[in-house]
Amino acid sequence: MEAGWWGVLIAVLGGAIRIGTPFLFVSLGECLTEKSGRINLGLEGTLVMGAMTGYAVSLHSGSPWLGVLCAGLAGMMLGALHSWLCSFQRVNDIAVGIAMMLFGTGLAFFLGKPYIQPSAPQLPSIDLGGWSDIPQLKAALQINALFLVGIAMAIALGWMLNNTAWGLKVRVVGENADAARALGLPVDRIRILSTAQGGFLAGIGGSYLSLYYPFNWSEGLSSGQGLMAVALVIFARWQPLWCLWVSLLWGGAAALGPSLQSVGITGGYYIFNAIPYIMTLAVMIITCSPRRTLVGVPHELTVTR
Amino acid sequence: MSESRKLTRRQVLKGAAAAGALGILGNLEWIGQVWGASDKVKMGFIFVGPRDDYGYNQAHFEGKAAVAKLDWVKAFDEEKVPETIEVQKTMESMVKLDGAQVLFPTSFGYFDPHILKVAPQHPNILFLHCGGLYQDGKHPKNVGSYFGYIDESQYVAGIVAGGMSKSGKLGFVAAKPIPQVLRNVNNYTLGARSIKPNTTVNVIFTGDWSMPVREAEATNSLVDQGIDVITCHVDSPKVVVTTAEKRGVYCTGYHCNQSKLAPKGYLTGAEWNWAKVYMNYADMIRKGQAVPHLVRGGLKEGIVKVSDYNRVVTEAVRKQADTAKDKFMSGGMVVYKGPIKDNTGRIVIAAGKEHVQTDIWLESMDWLVEGVIGSTKS
Repeated sequence: MEAGWWGVLIAVLGGAIRIGTPFLFVSLGECLTEKSGRINLGLEGTLVMGAMTGYAVSLHSGSPWLGVLCAGLAGMMLGALHSWLCSFQRVNDIAVGIAMMLFGTGLAFFLGKPYIQPSAPQLPSIDLGGWSDIPQLKAALQINALFLVGIAMAIALGWMLNNTAWGLKVRVVGENADAARALGLPVDRIRILSTAQGGFLAGIGGSYLSLYYPFNWSEGLSSGQGLMAVALVIFARWQPLWCLWVSLLWGGAAALGPSLQSVGITGGYYIFNAIPYIMTLAVMIITCSPRRTLVGVPHELTVTR
Repeated sequence: MSESRKLTRRQVLKGAAAAGALGILGNLEWIGQVWGASDKVKMGFIFVGPRDDYGYNQAHFEGKAAVAKLDWVKAFDEEKVPETIEVQKTMESMVKLDGAQVLFPTSFGYFDPHILKVAPQHPNILFLHCGGLYQDGKHPKNVGSYFGYIDESQYVAGIVAGGMSKSGKLGFVAAKPIPQVLRNVNNYTLGARSIKPNTTVNVIFTGDWSMPVREAEATNSLVDQGIDVITCHVDSPKVVVTTAEKRGVYCTGYHCNQSKLAPKGYLTGAEWNWAKVYMNYADMIRKGQAVPHLVRGGLKEGIVKVSDYNRVVTEAVRKQADTAKDKFMSGGMVVYKGPIKDNTGRIVIAAGKEHVQTDIWLESMDWLVEGVIGSTKS
C-alpha cells in the first residue's frame, strides 16, 4: 500500500518518537545537571559509552533490559567522574566536559571493537497502532517501552524539582551556591549526585540507539545527539516537560529530510537534513532579547555567571 | 621546517635499509625478483574502518584472510587508519618493521597525497591502491591500482529485485551522488527495467557514508511508500538490511554478504571478491612476474560476485538473473547501450551508440537513468 503525501506526516510522527527518544533521555539528564548549576558537555561521550555498554551486555547476557541498566550505570560513572573533577577549585566544567566527551567516545570505540559485527538481542516494541488498519501507521506507532519511561520521567522530574525538598535543594544549589552553603547544604555532594543521575539518563539514551533504533553498534552511531541535547535544554528553558515536546519536535524534524525524498521532493536534501539545526538557530534568535536574561536559567551556570 | 628534518631522517633510515637489503639479496628490484622456496610474500593491508563492519572494510579483510591462509604468504593488517598523516606512518612501519614487500592501502583517500609521498622513498616496495586513481607517467613506478566493476553485480541484483517486487517499486538508500554511486543506482534500475520496464527506483541520499539514524529513517519512509525491495550504497549496509527485515520487506545487499542479518528478506547482493585479486597479486609476486599497474574487472574476472539467491527467489527470476550473469561472464554484455534517457527526459546515449564497461566516459556519470525517482542536485 502506498501512503503518498500522508507518508511524510506518518514519517514525521513516527520519527518524532523513534528519533526523539534518545534526545529526551539525554536532555532530561542535562536538565537535571544544569539545574544543580553545572554544565556537562561530556554527555555526547556518555551517550556513546552507554550505547556500547548496552549492546555488549545485551549480547553477552541475552537480556537487552540488563543492557539498558548497565548502560545507565556506565553513564552514571562518567557523570560522577565529571562532577568529581569539577568539585576541585577553579576547575572549569565546560573544559572538563569536552575532555569527558573525548574520553567517553574514545573508551567506547576502544572497548566496542568486538561488538561491531555480532547481532545483539533487540529491545522489544509495544504495538500501539493495533486499532488502525493502515500498515504505515501501525509501523509508526510501534514504540519502545523506553519512550513511555521517558514521558513518565519528564513528568516526574518536573514535579520533583518543583514540589519536593530534594528539588528545592537542587534548585538552590543551582541558583546560588553561597546561599546554599549558608543553609548548610552540601553543594558539591548535591552536584555530584545530580550529574551522576544525569549521566545515568544519558547512558540509557545511548542504549536506546544501539538496542532499539537504529539498532546497531558502530562508531558512527551517534550523530551528535549528546551535544544537541545541551542546546535542547536551553530551548526547553530548563523545564523537564518542555524537554519532552522539544525532543519530539527534533525527532520529527530529523525525519523530514529522508521522507520528503521518498515522495519525490528530491532537491535540496542537504537543507532538509539540516532543518533541526536551522530550527535551533531560529528559535534562539527569536527568543533572545538584550533587555532580559533567559527565563528559568540557573544562575550558577558558568555561562551566565 | 620540522617536516623537512623528519624527511631527511627517514631518508637516512631508508638508505640503511636499502643497503642492508642489497647486502643480502643483491640487486633487488620489485619486478622480476624470483623468491626462493622458503621466502614468504609479505603483504600489508590498511583499512580505513573496522574489519568487521559488514561492509567495505570487511570485504577487504575477507580478501586478506584468504591470502593469509597460503603458507607462502605472510599477511598483516591495520584497521581504522584515518586518511591523514597517520596512514603514512602506518605504511612506513609496515615497510620497516614488518618487512612488507607489497602494501594495499584500501581506502580512496589514501592515494593523494599519502601514497604519492611515501612510495618514492621505497622504490623496491609495491604500493597497490584500491580505487583506480593511478595514471601512467604521472605517478611513481612502484604504484598501481585495482578496482572492480561492482555495478555488474548490481545489474543482476536489480533483476532479482525487480522480479520479486510486487509493487514494481524499488528503493535505494545512497550516501552521496558521486559517479560510483550513481553507476550502481543506474545499473540496478536498468537491470530491474530489463525484465519489467515499468519498474521505478526511488533513491534517497543520506548525505554521508555512515549515518545510521538517517539510513533507518530512509528505509522506513521507503517502506511507507509501498516500496517492497530495498538496497543501499553506504559504508555499512547493516542498518538498512536489518530495518528492511524488521518491516517485512525484501532487500539486496552491498559490499559483502549480509544474508545472516536478514535470513527471510535478503534476496541477493552485490559483493566484492577481493580474495581473487589478492591471490593473483601474491602469485605474480612469488613467480617474479611483472605486476601490472592497472587491474580492473567485473564478474568475468571474478573481482565481484553475486550473493547466493535466497530460497524465496522464484525459478523464473533466477533464470532471468542467471542469463544476464552468464552474458557478463562471457564478456558480451553492454549495459549502456543507446537509446538511454535520463530521468529528466534528456537523451544521454543516442540510439546505436554504446559504452562498454571499461569506457572512461562512464566514470564521470552525473545523471540518473529514466525510472529513477531522485535527483543528483543537492
